[in-house]
Amino acid sequence: MVENRYELNKNLAQMLKGGVIMDVTTPEQAKIAEKAGACAVMALERIPADIRAAGGVSRMSDPAMIKGIQDAVSIPVMAKVRIGHFVEAQILEAIDIDYIDESEVLSPADDRLHIDKSKFSVPFVCGAKDLGEALRRIGEGAAMIRTKGEPGTGDIIQAVRHMRMITGEMARLQALSEDELYQAAKELAAPLDLVRYVHDNGKLPVVNFAAGGVATPADAALMMQLGAEGVFVGSGIFKSGNPEKRAAAIVQAVTNYQDPKILAKLSENLGEAMVGINEQEIELLMAERGK
Amino acid sequence: MKIGILAVQGAFAEHERCLEKLGITFMEIRKAEDLQNHSFDGLILPGGESTVMGKLLHDLELFEPMKAMIKNGLPVFGTCAGLLLLAKSIENAEGNQEDSHFACMDMVAKRNAYGRQLGSFSLIGEMEGVGKIPMVFIRAPYIAALGKGVTPLAEVEGKIVAAREGNLLVTAFHPELTENLAVHKYFLQMVENRRESLH
Repeated sequence: MVENRYELNKNLAQMLKGGVIMDVTTPEQAKIAEKAGACAVMALERIPADIRAAGGVSRMSDPAMIKGIQDAVSIPVMAKVRIGHFVEAQILEAIDIDYIDESEVLSPADDRLHIDKSKFSVPFVCGAKDLGEALRRIGEGAAMIRTKGEPGTGDIIQAVRHMRMITGEMARLQALSEDELYQAAKELAAPLDLVRYVHDNGKLPVVNFAAGGVATPADAALMMQLGAEGVFVGSGIFKSGNPEKRAAAIVQAVTNYQDPKILAKLSENLGEAMVGINEQEIELLMAERGK
Repeated sequence: MKIGILAVQGAFAEHERCLEKLGITFMEIRKAEDLQNHSFDGLILPGGESTVMGKLLHDLELFEPMKAMIKNGLPVFGTCAGLLLLAKSIENAEGNQEDSHFACMDMVAKRNAYGRQLGSFSLIGEMEGVGKIPMVFIRAPYIAALGKGVTPLAEVEGKIVAAREGNLLVTAFHPELTENLAVHKYFLQMVENRRESLH
């Protein structure tokens, strides 16, 4: 039964592929996102850019606010819990959430352990900077992975770094011989069976999205060309001049990520992009939360 | 024989793996040019989010030409979201179904009919003309009502989850997520029959 549940949860992520998951803070924004072509929405009280600006401890959103968003749209609704905060996860499962993001965007609740996600019926997505981190999260029961990137910055550099790191490490694993996998598992600090899966198949056993810093159609297409199977856009949409137009353009860019002519057209007259902060200018690296 | 697969969003790669296993040539349809420069004998509308696909079909100017091909008798296989794209009406949907979706098949579909992700399930079921197969339902719809010309092909707990109307085949479940290729073979037979009738 549990095994079957995990398969169904991985299957839902497969249905989201080639799509854009958008951060929304109100039912109105959720409707705008759905109309613009979001394949799912992430319900949260403040988008990462505002969390960054406000400082302080940031936690799971008010369940009433999440329910409002669930009622507003027919697409899947995701929500974030703090790293290691399994009670926030129990609460989201109780309100029938479609996907839980155990997220470094919120303040971590546990500086050592992540949630034992295999205990839950509801699926989890987790962030990763490298292959070891991705496989540890999958070992704990994550049914989907995303790059961490650096949320709320509008700067794509970290998402690129994380995606290249993960694909590079997978290619290296593939090139190893069978008897080298034990040592590789030790070095990656990852479960041997998952290391073996990557060695045999050249990909993660779950869907892998890009997240953190996507602000333009070109950013989204860049991540897709680097091997992402879909894209999360957080602050990039509702912190920009024309959210509806930008959202729709990013959705189309993910579909036709290999067609520069279409991408050129999509990039025209989108109004102002979110201002953005460079990684050197920020004091808090959210990607360093939870290893 | 060549199959076109709508590849604007969703689990189209899984259908491609099925066709590869069956040795069938396919092409992805992502933009209007794909319809102009190529021809194919059958079309697969994959699982994913039907609202996203409906929107992208319009934005990418695929909607009208594809609808014309379907009305012209092109064999189509729609899974889950693909079923919703083909249904004449959707229960409790906002807006006009005929503007956003193909609305070619005489049936009423219910979106997210089993609830949210916690309602997703799988079982072994019987499909007419196909036999016993694994059926995977992910935030699935079902068919709430059928028109006269539509034949139900499978039922689960009294709800219709697969049907056919002429050149159109739909399943609420996802054969492409399993190792079983029987539903794809059934569809390819429909495509083969049409090819023969055209020659």
